[in-house]
This record gives sequence, C-alpha cells and structure tokens, in this order.
Amino acid sequence: MNVKRVNGEPDHSSSRFICWSKQSRNALCAAVISVVAMVTAAGAASAAAPPLPQRLSDTGLFVAGSTSEIAPGSVAFSPQYPLWSDGAQKRRWIALPPGTFIDAARADAWEFPRGTRLWKEFSVGERVETRFIERLQDGSWRFAAYVWNQDRTDAVLVPEEGTTTVAARGRRYAIPAEADCRACHEGAPVPVLGFSALQLSSDRDPLAPHAEPATGVDLRSLAARGVLKNLRADLLEQPPRIATASPSERAALGYLHGNCGHCHSRPDASGASVPVSVVLAQSVAEPNSAAAVVKSLVGAPSRFRPLGAQRATQLVVPGASHASVMPLRMRSRDARVQMPPLGTDMPDLEALALIERWIDHSLQQRREPQP
Amino acid sequence: MNATTPTRSPLTSIRIGAAALLCAATALPVLAADPATTTVEDKLARGKYLVTIAGCNDCHTPFKPKQGGGAEPDMSRMLSGHPESLAMPPAPELPNGPWKVVSAGTNTAWSGPWGVSFTANLTPDPETGLGRWTFRNFKDTIRTGRHMGRGRPILPPMPIPMYKNMTDDDLEAVFSYLQSIPAISNRVPEPLAPSAVPVAGNP
Repeated sequence: MNVKRVNGEPDHSSSRFICWSKQSRNALCAAVISVVAMVTAAGAASAAAPPLPQRLSDTGLFVAGSTSEIAPGSVAFSPQYPLWSDGAQKRRWIALPPGTFIDAARADAWEFPRGTRLWKEFSVGERVETRFIERLQDGSWRFAAYVWNQDRTDAVLVPEEGTTTVAARGRRYAIPAEADCRACHEGAPVPVLGFSALQLSSDRDPLAPHAEPATGVDLRSLAARGVLKNLRADLLEQPPRIATASPSERAALGYLHGNCGHCHSRPDASGASVPVSVVLAQSVAEPNSAAAVVKSLVGAPSRFRPLGAQRATQLVVPGASHASVMPLRMRSRDARVQMPPLGTDMPDLEALALIERWIDHSLQQRREPQP
Repeated sequence: MNATTPTRSPLTSIRIGAAALLCAATALPVLAADPATTTVEDKLARGKYLVTIAGCNDCHTPFKPKQGGGAEPDMSRMLSGHPESLAMPPAPELPNGPWKVVSAGTNTAWSGPWGVSFTANLTPDPETGLGRWTFRNFKDTIRTGRHMGRGRPILPPMPIPMYKNMTDDDLEAVFSYLQSIPAISNRVPEPLAPSAVPVAGNP
C-alpha cells in the first residue's frame, strides 16, 4: 500500500482519515480505509514522528490541491462556550484515524486516539492563522501554528517561538509560541479544550457570549457514528448543562469554563492546574460542579494585590463588581495583570458586562433574604 | 519581617547578580544524577547544591549588612523573596545612557525597562510561597517562563533563558529541596508596569 507524499511528507488529505459523512456508510469504503489504517498505524508505531509539514495544505485538513475545500474526514464542530480571541472569527475541525473512537469513560477527560488531529482557523476579515494539534503515536501531543500568506493561497509553519503578522486594516496580529500553546492546553486533564461533553452538549446556552452556530456535531451524533464510546448513558439521554439558579449565571459560569477553566482546572494526578484555590472548570460528572465553582470564587481572598491596595482583596464580592479582583484582571491588558494572561490583547467587553451583571445582581440577590 | 537597610550600591548588586548567573550557567551541567539510584537524601542534597551554585539565594534571599562592611544573604529569611515590609520608594530615574537597571540593597527589588520586579518567595509557605505547588507547576514555570507555568511572564532578572535548559531530574531535585526548607510567611508585592512605576522627582 503506497502513501502518497508531497514534498517528502505523507499526504494525509485523501484516504487516511475516516469519513464521517454519508460515504462512511459504504461498507467497501470502510473496509479499504481500515486496511490503510492498519498499514499506516503499524508503520507509524515503529517510527519516530515525522516532522511537522511546512504547509497547512499538507496536514490533511483540505482535499488534495485545495486550501478551501475541507477533506471529508475533517469534521467541523463548534463549542458552546468559545474562547475569546479578540473578536476573531473561528472555525474548527477534528479528524480521527479510521476505525478509531474517542473513549468517554472519563466524562470530563476524554481519551482521544493516537493520530487525532484538530485545526482552528482564525480570521480577522480574512484568514490569518490556523492552529494545529496532533496526538502522536507515543501518546504525546504536539502543537503548531500556520500563518496564511498574503495571497491566502496557503499557510506556512510558524517558528516555535511564534511570530507576528498583519491582519486586515493593518492590525498587528500575534501568533503564539509553541510554549504558549502548551501553557493553556496542558493545564487541563486533556489538551483538547473545545471538544468535550459540556462544550458539545446539544443543550446549548443561548446567552453564551460570542456563540457560533451549532454544526450538528453533538454527543448523540458522535455516539451514533460510533466515534464516541463509553459516555455515560444519562449524559446521552439528558445532555449536560451547567446547573445554576439563573440563565445569566449559567452563561457567566460557562464563559469562565471556556476561557479560564483550562488553567483554573480541577486538580488531578497530572498536577498541572494552577496552584490556587479558585477552580473555574465545570464537571459533567459532578452535579454540584457549578456550586463548587461559585463557592471557590465568592469571598475568596485573592493573592493579587492591585497597585496601591493596602488590604487583602477578594476575587468576587457579591453586589460589588467594582471591588472584585476578577473583573479587574479580565479588563486589564497589562501583561502583569491581565486574565487570561496570554492569547488576547483586547478585553472582552461583552463578557465583562455579563460577569459584572452576575456579580452585581445575581450574586447579590442570592445573598439577600427572599420575601 | 523587618526591613533591611540597603548597604550596597546598585552597581555592586548588579555585579553580584551577574556573577551568580554566570556561575549558574557554567556549573549546571555538572554532576548528572542517575534517577535509578537516587535516594531522597541524594535528591535533596543535589537540590541544595543546585540552588546554591545557581545563585538562587542571590536574589531570593534578602541581603543584610555584613559585619565589617559589605552585605550578605540574611539566611534567617532564606529564599523568602522580597520582604513585604520593605515598601520601596520610587526608583531613581536614570539618565539616558548605557545604565538601564537598578536594584535594592536587598537585591530583591529590581527596576528596569520592564518595570519593577520583586523576587518570589520560594519557601513552602502555602499562602505566600510554593507550598501548594506541584512539581509540574514548578517545571512548567521554568520551562515556559510564565508564573505558575501558565500565568504572567516571569520578569528580569530571573534567568529563565538559562534555567529552562535544566534537566527534569535537576528541576525535580531543586523543587524537592525548596519544599524541604523552612516555610516563611512573606507576601511579595506584585510587579509594577513601567507606566505604573513612580519615578523619583516626577510623581
């Protein structure tokens, strides 16, 4: 079995990835793909990982010869609580090797098969960069970014230390270093952040800031296609949602989960979560997850001391967003102060308004005795 | 904690710091450990050795006046970082020229083009030091140059570009040793951005 090569690199753009579309129902197609998978997997397992392709078009995202037509094996998805990226428009895809599946036995930490690839395309008026994550045969993950050329005909691999480019209207656009990719993605139990039980729930939050249209890829559709297995039956029957007292609190906690929960994650054996008491990641496995997040925030002392503060500060003071450290740091874009600490140069004003409303009204009402 | 009276000139401080960094850069590859035969005692000893020769005390232990002149690390405050009781006055404004950096006499506060940085509390105090840190947090911090491995950039003069080349075994030895020293409660101030730095004579 030959694997086509482009510029010395295997061409993953055609047969290697499983078809999740209607074609995948074709038994003959599936059989051929399975044979290819066995051959390529056997070869890959005994060899070191090949270097990253120099061009995005060689990573398997597009059909051969195109940088606009998505390969059949690459499936678009849309997390319900997207990460704020200074207003950039984003598209995302995932591809699994043929015959493999995601093991959801750990509901909050899915096990992705080796060979999993994900892409996220950033556009500011036009395509600027595409980020790429791949799980290698030894189980490790690698991270890369590709910057689109001026003609937008292809994107080239960015050096490990990152780079800057110019987006529409002359705006400076920073592309992260590989270490910065790891700083965010490796804080969570699994470095795939937007493809999870909560993010792909069909019970989507209508108030989620910057929400993008659903793609139809959700827990049930993945399970029906056989690419998601061992997910708890109750999560299929009743898609997960953040259990809160009000819709605005649900959206606020969802935003914090999607934007902060990968570093402020739930402590686990990896020891990678930041060593502070505030936990912002939700859990679909624990019914009290939302309450635990609120408890870790409200009234908790902050290690951070704003300039000139003489006394200890609190992360969240119900009814007083102006006295709360959390929105202060979300609003700042001073590298020493800002939250998130990287990946954004502009505060998310829509989300800030949501968080401040939640602090000033929802939390305040909860504290006041109800008549 | 009591404030320490600055006794050294900024130039002296910089020289000491530079010498320490040079020692660190040249001495780190020495004494490669064999993890298979390393005992806890071995690891702590190697960690202490690395912390000593890498110059960690030079900035993370406040200096105090030395009898007979000069200054020395105040080992009663070993590795506890910039004393929270020592509120720094505005940094002197340097004229345009090759001089760019000044430091406190304690060697724990530094002012330069990046703003003002204060050296961290490396003792295992859970609230103000590394008491809640995991080894993974420590390793990620050195490797990425970000606070807690994921947060704000770690500022000069911390020699991250050198230290990030340490092996995992060496980093584990350093972390194990740091977790074994006496905990000291000392909340180090947050760094100041250049725009937030009060300048003497120009409030």
